[in-house]
Amino acid sequence: MPDPIVVTEGLHKSFGDTHALRGLDLSVPRGTVCGVLGPNGAGKTTAVRILATLSVPDAGHARIAGHDVVREAGKVRARIGLAGQHAAVDEKLTGRGNLRMFGRLSHLSRRDARRRADELLERFDLMDAADRQVVGYSGGMRRRLDLITSLILRPKVLFLDEPTTGLDPRSRGEIWDSIRELVADGTTVLLTTQYLDEADQLADDIAVVDHGQVIATGTPDELKATIGDHLDVELEDPAALDTAATVLKTLAGTDPTVTADRLSVALPGGGFRLFDVMRVLDRAGIAAADVRLRRPTLDEVFLRLTDRKELVR
Amino acid sequence: MTDLAPSLGHRLRWTFTDGLTLVGRELGRLRHAPGELVAALIFPAVMVVLFGYVFGSAIQVPDGGDYREYLMPGLFAMVTFSAWLGVMTRMAADASRGVMDRLRSMPMARLAVPFGQTGADLLTGLLMLAMMVGTGLLVGWQPHRGLIPTAQAFLLMIVLRYALSWVGVYVGLTVKNDQVADALVPLGLPFTMLSNAFVPTDGMPGWLRFLADWNPVSALTAASRELFGNPGALSGDVAWPLAHPVTTVLLWSAALLVIFVPLSLRAYMRRER
Repeated sequence: MPDPIVVTEGLHKSFGDTHALRGLDLSVPRGTVCGVLGPNGAGKTTAVRILATLSVPDAGHARIAGHDVVREAGKVRARIGLAGQHAAVDEKLTGRGNLRMFGRLSHLSRRDARRRADELLERFDLMDAADRQVVGYSGGMRRRLDLITSLILRPKVLFLDEPTTGLDPRSRGEIWDSIRELVADGTTVLLTTQYLDEADQLADDIAVVDHGQVIATGTPDELKATIGDHLDVELEDPAALDTAATVLKTLAGTDPTVTADRLSVALPGGGFRLFDVMRVLDRAGIAAADVRLRRPTLDEVFLRLTDRKELVR
Repeated sequence: MTDLAPSLGHRLRWTFTDGLTLVGRELGRLRHAPGELVAALIFPAVMVVLFGYVFGSAIQVPDGGDYREYLMPGLFAMVTFSAWLGVMTRMAADASRGVMDRLRSMPMARLAVPFGQTGADLLTGLLMLAMMVGTGLLVGWQPHRGLIPTAQAFLLMIVLRYALSWVGVYVGLTVKNDQVADALVPLGLPFTMLSNAFVPTDGMPGWLRFLADWNPVSALTAASRELFGNPGALSGDVAWPLAHPVTTVLLWSAALLVIFVPLSLRAYMRRER
């Protein structure tokens, strides 16, 4: 990969008997969004905490813009922003008050801190609520404030640890828009998420993490291509379910999942044409109400990769 | 952005500036929620009424003085000892809401957070003390020995308060959970009651009297009674801390600082291993 700005090599981290990370390797090219995707407990937050200089790995290295996160923590801190699962702001202060305070703590002059606060409030659409105490903000507004607080120093790398967990769909959309704006500015974003649609929407590259290791990487399309296309068949007569299942198994090599009068199966590799599928079904005397050949969703990729029966949310 | 290793002078300056910013944060909180300060004072004010007028009518002051004069130094001590609870709750809330992580991941002066927090508590402490003095004067309390001893008494309270606030920093950083911290707060009351703040200790059973006599709340109360010239002077067989209350308070303060400043700094700066 050209010019990676975030690199981790063989990160290990244990808490007692729990192995949170077992040799995590990541590489994020400058100016891209890397989605670190994994179920709860996969080690995503541990990795972010190490990268944000909050935690020290047991083994392995991590560098941000060439600076080691353990030995050169000060230089790393000057280059990163962190927005986490909490709204890490002072609830008793106003939105503007928070931004100014964190601006001052980032060693901006009083005037620059004030100007930067206004700039961010304006740009991320929080000006109307700027002088209200954060206690009265909605969940989405708090997260947005949390996000822009991490932007005060125009970080080169932004770590977003599950930035939309627990938000309603509308607020999620707003956070997504804000993240897209940042990326347009050239910020590199490392985003952890357990929502596949979030990774699909935002990430250039995805690293699927499970049990503290990266088990697959690639663009969303590449990941989808690894498990081949998906075939959905809806029957006219549910009585033909068993026959249809046998036919699909012969075709795909695996048992289809059956729900009511629908069958669904992943097809290995490429080369299947809808026409071929129709012909096989027709020959077996199965009347289909609907047949679809489609790309898999990221959910299906994820389930296949992590070998889980259903999504852990 | 500079990559130069900052000099010591530079670092000290930022520690000071960042500390002041955090003091400003507390003042900002008070401005938006002045009720908090008032709420913190309601309790001692209730105690003034409850003890000064309800129980006080039945309590005999050892040398026959006015009970409210006897009581006020105890209430000053009580307010002083509330310091660590406030700081602890604040630190624990910051730790559990991710604010502490944000501060730690920022390129700011590391020492500024604990020093800023204790500095801010000192300011709120002064405000509370001033309001308590007002309350005391209202119910007929007053210092009798002139300016210097009076100032010395308040200085003792401030020194001990500052030392205690470091206990709060350490406990808050250690529990890291604001619910646990909130649950610890009610422990403050029995701790202050088990002293000479409200009643003389000589009526207590031996083992309890021992605890009460060695409680730092008692030393501070005895020291202020002495310096304000309020009733309650002890005579006869008196435990060492009450015979030398000023020295005791200073020793307590020094001990707390020596133990809890390094512990707190380590707890704040150490990264998760």
